[in-house]
Amino acid sequence: MKIHVAGENSLILYFGEEANAEVAAQVQAANNAIREQMAELIIDTVPSYASLLVIFDAYKCDHLQLRKGIRTAIEANVSGAGQEGTVVTLPVYYSQESGPDLSLISERSGLSVQEIIDLHQSEEYRVYAIGFAPGFAYLGQVDERIASPRIATPRKYVPKGAVGIADRQTAIYPAPSPGGWNLIGLCPIPMFTPEGDSLMPVAVGDRVKFKAITKAEFLDMGGELDEKFLQQEASA
Amino acid sequence: MSCFKVVSPGFLSLLQDAGRYGYHGVGLTTSGPMDALAFNWANLLCGNPVDAVAIEASVGGLTLESQADTVIAVTGAQVPFTINGDEAQLWRSHKIKAGDTIALSFATNGCRSYIAVAGGFQVEQSFGSVATVVREGIGGLAGKALQAGDQLPVKGIDAPCLELPEQLRPHYSKEITLRVIPSYQEQSFSRVQQRIFFGSEYTVSDRCDRMGYKVEGPAIAADVSAMLSEGICLGAIQVPPDGQPIVLMNDRQTIGGYPKIGAVLSLDLAKLAQQMPGAKVRFEPITIDCAHNALHLAKSQFERAQSRLTVLEQ
Repeated sequence: MKIHVAGENSLILYFGEEANAEVAAQVQAANNAIREQMAELIIDTVPSYASLLVIFDAYKCDHLQLRKGIRTAIEANVSGAGQEGTVVTLPVYYSQESGPDLSLISERSGLSVQEIIDLHQSEEYRVYAIGFAPGFAYLGQVDERIASPRIATPRKYVPKGAVGIADRQTAIYPAPSPGGWNLIGLCPIPMFTPEGDSLMPVAVGDRVKFKAITKAEFLDMGGELDEKFLQQEASA
Repeated sequence: MSCFKVVSPGFLSLLQDAGRYGYHGVGLTTSGPMDALAFNWANLLCGNPVDAVAIEASVGGLTLESQADTVIAVTGAQVPFTINGDEAQLWRSHKIKAGDTIALSFATNGCRSYIAVAGGFQVEQSFGSVATVVREGIGGLAGKALQAGDQLPVKGIDAPCLELPEQLRPHYSKEITLRVIPSYQEQSFSRVQQRIFFGSEYTVSDRCDRMGYKVEGPAIAADVSAMLSEGICLGAIQVPPDGQPIVLMNDRQTIGGYPKIGAVLSLDLAKLAQQMPGAKVRFEPITIDCAHNALHLAKSQFERAQSRLTVLEQ
């Protein structure tokens, strides 16, 4: 692990050069250890693919003390590295109507739409990072055969619940926004609920499985087909 | 509870407190006042703790009508400020009565004004803070900037009228030097690139808002091809492929994948936040130890200054 300065009150810890499960587990273990053992000095942390940003109270300690504390906390936690996230299953209504880029991925990959849907469900994904927007969880990695670059012209409007693929990442849009990911379906489970006891169904380090549902099941579970989105796609 | 009514919200007026901390894990940004020093003074002049809820008005144009007898103060940008049409002074508190109209025109120097009221605006927190982030739809009143007709609850309490002596007030120059702690991918910027960055004058572009300030000038490039997205701290200077740096401010995204050459000292971010497009900016490298010294020094100066507030009226 390398520790670099990020700002006047933040250090960034690098655990590797690429995203993989082993590095992600180290990020997760360090995040837990630091948040537990150094709570009085820490303002916030941002775990990501292979790094952890640690923001501290610069009026309580300096970066040297913090570096030492971080190394001690991580070493003391070696045994705790096995804290595995939970497995969360999220239902997805895959279809041309709910996932207009299925045909695009099919053309590019030579796979049938059903094969793409099956491949998307075949992996157990890890939540590598949450950011970009509240509740936006970056999941990796999708099967190489369905990996897809971002679409050339981002959509002006992507509906809440849209399931997308960008390169080997997949994610669910927690709220309507512009977006350039390839859309393959809709998930009826809210990814971010500001009011209520459970903010998000997933946390960094958790595993996610996707399970195909029918349109009727999607609607039953509270899913909605966004009129604005349907109109945009019909006129595209 | 009595209220202040928003007659005109101006360009962009937001309820703010010290900011939202501890929620980066779900993707929420920090928010909070862009010029924390001016914000803190506005509250202290009203007898509040520094982090009470106040309004940040960007550029100006805000008009409020009080429905309570209370005390207010306006700090920050140089802006024509009137109470019932009569010119009023910045950097001091004023007693006002129910029915009074408080109006800010447009800033002539600086960009952010802070309007505090005795006891602070009484608005419910979301995620431990009232700070408004329009992009996230969180904080303030229903996650939105102030709108005409909004009612802002106040305590309607009295407080002594205080003034911050002239020599202790910040001044907002249109040519500023920002102290930068070299950090993140700084070693991926060659010596030549660093010399260009720290040796050139940049101009604040019209792409400047609460998320970030893009500056224009000699382009710089890092020697990195692809980078994994990582956590972004306050003040981080990211360099996108066009080579024009962006200083990331209070409403920055929590993670991002552009190389970063360093991070601006928070004390200087407050100065940048007061700039409008066209302002001239230079960057100066300092060590993190110097940065810590500067923070501690500023803290003790601020504490000393608090004992020098002048009482104008009990």
